[in-house]
Amino acid sequence: MRFLFKTDYEDDIRLFPHSGYIVSYGILLAFLAIAPFVLSSYLVSQLVFVCIYATVGVGLMILTGFTGQASLGHAAFLAIGAYTAAFLQQYNVPFPVYFLAAGLLTGVVGALVGFPALRLQGIYLVIATISFAFIVEEVLARWESVTHGNEGMRVKTLWLFGQAVPQNGPTFYFLCLAVLILTIVGTLNLLRSPTGRAFVAIRDSETAARSMGVNVSLYKVKSFAISAAITGLAGVLFAHKLSFISPEMFTLQLSIEFIIVILIGGTFSLHGAVLGAIFLVMIDPFLTYLKDDMPGIIAGIAATFGADSVTAGKIYSNVAAVASANGLKGAIYGVIIVLFVLFEPLGLYGRWLKIKLFFQLFPLYKRATFKRQKIYVKSERNR
Amino acid sequence: MLDFVQQLVSGIALGCVYGLIALGFVLVYKATEVVNFAQGDLMMLGGFFAFTFIGMLGLNYWLGFAGAVIAMAAFGMLAERVVVRPILGYPQFSIIMATIGLGYFLRSVVGMIWGTDDFKIETPFSDGVLRIGSLVLAYDKLSVIAATVILCALLYLFFNRTTLGTAMRASSENMLAAYYMGIPVKRVVSIVWAISAAVATAAGVLLAPITFIHSNVGLVLGLKAFPAAVLGGFGSIPGAVVGGVLIGVIESMAGFYLPQGWKDVAPYIVLLVVLLLKPEGLFGLHTRKKV
Repeated sequence: MRFLFKTDYEDDIRLFPHSGYIVSYGILLAFLAIAPFVLSSYLVSQLVFVCIYATVGVGLMILTGFTGQASLGHAAFLAIGAYTAAFLQQYNVPFPVYFLAAGLLTGVVGALVGFPALRLQGIYLVIATISFAFIVEEVLARWESVTHGNEGMRVKTLWLFGQAVPQNGPTFYFLCLAVLILTIVGTLNLLRSPTGRAFVAIRDSETAARSMGVNVSLYKVKSFAISAAITGLAGVLFAHKLSFISPEMFTLQLSIEFIIVILIGGTFSLHGAVLGAIFLVMIDPFLTYLKDDMPGIIAGIAATFGADSVTAGKIYSNVAAVASANGLKGAIYGVIIVLFVLFEPLGLYGRWLKIKLFFQLFPLYKRATFKRQKIYVKSERNR
Repeated sequence: MLDFVQQLVSGIALGCVYGLIALGFVLVYKATEVVNFAQGDLMMLGGFFAFTFIGMLGLNYWLGFAGAVIAMAAFGMLAERVVVRPILGYPQFSIIMATIGLGYFLRSVVGMIWGTDDFKIETPFSDGVLRIGSLVLAYDKLSVIAATVILCALLYLFFNRTTLGTAMRASSENMLAAYYMGIPVKRVVSIVWAISAAVATAAGVLLAPITFIHSNVGLVLGLKAFPAAVLGGFGSIPGAVVGGVLIGVIESMAGFYLPQGWKDVAPYIVLLVVLLLKPEGLFGLHTRKKV
């Protein structure tokens, strides 16, 4: 186990606490750099989605993970970013301009949502953000002069510095990766600044934060605006990746997916957003695999345990029927959410930390280190 | 004028369904401070149970209704035991996510078992109409209104007049203190989930003749029931029903008098306005945060 000897505040807030970080992130970066040249185009395309979802996840993490304000309306921010890009693109606005404009506009909308959200807490905030997302969805469907309503909008190929960046090429992947990395570095910097510490203080106890002189309202609105702006930027990339957007893409389902990203990844660290995004995006290839290979594998296992060929065939067709059933994806989502909430509340990153600590402390690891505290006493109504 | 009354009645009938779902939210919230995002899906599942008993097994309507209610009460207890009890006492958001997950699961499993078609339950009062002058009121809509009033009154009395109801209110106020006072908190929570699943089933069965039953009906109506619960003040039984009726009437009027598109957003606009101006709702208790 490595002990870090910190002598001053600068040591405490360093981006890379020790050289191990630089080595491991350097290796990761090298792998990501060669990924588009060695992986199949399908996997690269999935990696692009990982980058986009992770960017949204980072945005949502600022709001939900670090400021403690739940939101089930982030699909609306994504939609606003995507539609801003598609709209401005019609007038031949260059990419950098509409990219930033989308971020700015979404940030302003986020702040506007943040103001009313100041009075709301917990469940009320969740319901309010859901309603906001519904209203945005309906506006997108009805405001036909701008959004073309339910017909949707076609998004043209991205042009950057006089070159076309097709959404399936490696350049687009590097663009998304760059946006993700910049977002993460920016967020890490934000979190070690006074603003970030104010966010965390509000999450831990609003009352305590206020009595320490933190302007709670201001920082909540800031958190909403920053989170929305990042989501809006991701929305631009999302629009380009799909090259077609319509209101029914940005439903409550998508907002829930974003929440699943940070919930599965772990809501206390930015690592969680990335891990969660990888997990969520890779469910699709996994399900395809399940559909194609699972019946054969299970029937094979049954055969090795002495099932005759008729039974094995029956098992094969039964498993195939289940694996290709329509709602399987939803059921698996549901089970995954429940299992994570029940058994792994710290998410994938929490599991990683537990495994790491287990080996660091080898014979002395205690499970109670990560135990959650139950609070039965407080009624949220009186809090 | 006649149009107006017609719209009003169908709005009230729709609103009563919202109210019944909202009632389920409120019951669970009142007793455990948990918001059950799967309430609409419990309603949907109840409807499918009733469909299986009445439409597929050919039982008598009332018998099938009762069977579905009992089966769903048991299912509610099971869901509470498996999904909610292990995380009671943890931050509310975990429980919200767990119930969202439960909802996902129920929707797709129902879709897998019964398919994604629309189903209809034959009721004894499917076709009849009540004529008052030139006003035509369908019995199925009136039955929803009547059932809502009866259920609401029963639950109100239950919560305010019986020992068990008082125990439920106590455990919502402060679980630990209720436990010290000798209230079996776990059993209380379990019973509340059973009751709320039973109420949801009643809503599902009554709704079946009006909108048909399909696997997504719970999501659609459940999300409409949120504005109802908030409007009435989360935690108030009459409030849930009044809120539901208001939302139903607003939706029905918006669909009739305003341009297309307003019908779907009107409840949410009302919800946001209520949250901004009077977050505690119409019947909610005004509470101030204490340090």
